[in-house]
Amino acid sequence: MDFGLDKKSNSLKTFNTIFIVIWLLLACFPFIWTFWGSFKVRADFFSRADWWYAITAFNTLIETGARFTKEAYSGAWFEGEFWKASRNTVIVTISVVSISLFLGTLGAYALSRSTKNYAFWILIIALIFRAMPHITLVSGYLFPFFQLQIWGILPTTIVVLVAINQPFTLWLLYSFFKTVPKELDESALIDGCSYFQAFRHIIMPVMWPGVITAGLFSLMLAYNDFTVTALLLNQENHTMVPKIQSYLGTNQHEGNLMWAVSAVVSATAPLFLLVMFFQRQVISGLTAGAIKG
Amino acid sequence: MILFIGLPIISTGIQSFYAQHDQILIEVKKCDPFGCKTSVVVDQEATSKIKEEKPLGKFNGFGTYIDRNHLASDQVSEFWSESKSLGEFIGKVGNLPFYKALVFTLTYCVIVTPCVLLLGFIIALSLNAISRKIRGPLIFGTILPMIVTPLVGSLVLFWMIDAEGIIGANLQILMDDPYLSVKSSKALTWITIIIYGVWHHSPFAFVVFYAALQTVPQEPLEASIIDGASRFQRVKHIVLPHIYPVVTFVALISLMDNFRVFEPIIGFSAEGSAQSLSWLIYDNLVNEEVILFGSAAATSIMTIVGISIILTPVLLRTWKEFRTNR
Repeated sequence: MDFGLDKKSNSLKTFNTIFIVIWLLLACFPFIWTFWGSFKVRADFFSRADWWYAITAFNTLIETGARFTKEAYSGAWFEGEFWKASRNTVIVTISVVSISLFLGTLGAYALSRSTKNYAFWILIIALIFRAMPHITLVSGYLFPFFQLQIWGILPTTIVVLVAINQPFTLWLLYSFFKTVPKELDESALIDGCSYFQAFRHIIMPVMWPGVITAGLFSLMLAYNDFTVTALLLNQENHTMVPKIQSYLGTNQHEGNLMWAVSAVVSATAPLFLLVMFFQRQVISGLTAGAIKG
Repeated sequence: MILFIGLPIISTGIQSFYAQHDQILIEVKKCDPFGCKTSVVVDQEATSKIKEEKPLGKFNGFGTYIDRNHLASDQVSEFWSESKSLGEFIGKVGNLPFYKALVFTLTYCVIVTPCVLLLGFIIALSLNAISRKIRGPLIFGTILPMIVTPLVGSLVLFWMIDAEGIIGANLQILMDDPYLSVKSSKALTWITIIIYGVWHHSPFAFVVFYAALQTVPQEPLEASIIDGASRFQRVKHIVLPHIYPVVTFVALISLMDNFRVFEPIIGFSAEGSAQSLSWLIYDNLVNEEVILFGSAAATSIMTIVGISIILTPVLLRTWKEFRTNR
C-alpha cells in the first residue's frame, strides 16, 4: 500500500514496528536458543541452578574446558546412530518426492483438461483424503502389513507417504495447470502432436514453477513426518524424526536429552537452508489453492 | 490414490468390528505335599493357535464402539440416571477416555483456529505496511515455526518452558513459586499446547493472507481515503470483504489440521493431562503387549466421522462452484 494518499501517523508506524519485532522474536528465538544450547553440556542447557548458565556456559567450561562443545553432536551422530536415520530420511524423501511428482503431474494435467463429472469427484475425494488424520490411515495399514510381513521396511513407508501426499500434490498442481491456457496444448494437438507429445513439448517447459512448489511440499511432508514413520518402520529403519523421539526416552529407559537437542538442530538446519533458497516458491505454493477459492 | 487411501479406510472399518482375542484359560491342578490347588493359567498354545486361525480377532460387531474406552454408552446412561445435576453428569462423562480426548480436541480446535486467523491477519497487515526492501528476511523469519515438523517445534518450546529451561525458570521467579512446573498442572499444559498451536499455525495464515493482500485493488482504497474513512474502517469495509474467500479457506485448513492435533502431545510429553483423538489411536497402536487394532480402528472411524461433519459445508460449496464454472 505504498501510495501518496495513505499517510501513516508516526505512532502507528512505531507500534507496527514494535509488533513485528516482538513477533519475529517469538518466532525465531526458540530456534536460536536451541541452536546455541546444542553446543553446551546438559547441566547448562537444562540447568537446575540458574538458567543464566546456558549463556555463560558455566558447566561446559568445567566439563570440557571450552565454551562450546561438539559432544552432543558426536554422541548423537555416531553413538546414537543418527547418521543411519539421516540416510534413511534421504532415501525416503528423495523417493517420495520423485514418485509423487511423477504421478501428480500426469494426474493433475489430465484432471485439469477433463470436463467430465468424474474429474470433479476425484478432486473431491482427494480433498476428503487430505483432511483425514494420518494416524487413522496408519491404523488401517498396520494390520495388513503385519500379515503380509512387509512391516518395518522402507519401501512400504515410501508407498504410504506417497499416497498420503498425493491429494495435496494433485490439488496444488491442478490449480496450477488451470492457469496454463488451454489454447497452448490445443494448438499443439491441431499441429499434429499426440497427447503425450503435447505434454512433453508444450506443457513440460512451462510447468516448472508449479512442480518445484509441489516438490517442496512433498519434501517437507516426507521429511517432517512422524506419525507414519514412527509406526511403520522398525527401530533399524527409523528416519530422523522418530529417532529424535527415541532419544527422549520413555518410562523404561532414560533418554539422552542432549542428543535429542543436537539431533533437532541437525534435522532442522537443512530444512531452513532449503526454504531460504526456495522461499518464493513456498509462498506461491501456499497461496495457489487460496487465490482460486 | 484410491487404492492406497480408500483401502486402508475400509480396512480400518473392518478392523473396528473386531476385538483382540480373549486369552484361553485352563484350570491346572497342582499338587504338592501340602495338598492340591487348582489355579487358572493362560493356555499359551491354544491362544496362539486361535490367533493364527483368525488373526483379526473375534468378531465384536459394534461392541468396541460402545465399550468403556469409546462411546461408553452403558456408563453414560448409568451416570445419567445416577447424577443429580447436569454438571455432575458432564463431569463424570468427561472422565471417560474417549470423551476426555474429544473435549480436548474440540477445545483446542475452537480456541486455536480463531486465534490463528486473527494473529495471522494482523501480522500480514503490519508486514504489508513495512518497506519492501526488508520484507524478504522478515517473511522468512515469520514462517520458521511453520516449516519445522510439529514434533521438533514443540520439543524446542518444551525445553524452554521446562522448569529447568529459560522461560520456565523465569516464570518461577516471576510467580515466586519454586515448584511451579508446566508439566504438573492440567490447565497449564492445556494452555501451553494451545499457545504452541497458535505459534505453529499462524505463519500459514499469515502467508495466505499476505498473498491475498497483494491482490486488493488500490482504487477503492484511495476512494475511501478521499471519502474520509479511517484506517480501521478501510480494513473492515474494503480489505476484509475482498479477502473473505481466503479467510474461509484458511479457517477450514486450520480446523482440519487442528482436529488431528497429535505431535505436540508427544513433544510436550503431556499424555497425562491432555489427550487428543489421534493420540488415543497412537496409544492403542504402540501398546506393548497386544496391539489393540480393533480399539484403534474404532476411534479412527469416529474421528473420520468427525472430520466429515466439519467438511460437509465446504464440499457443498465446491460442488456449487464446479457446477457454475462448467
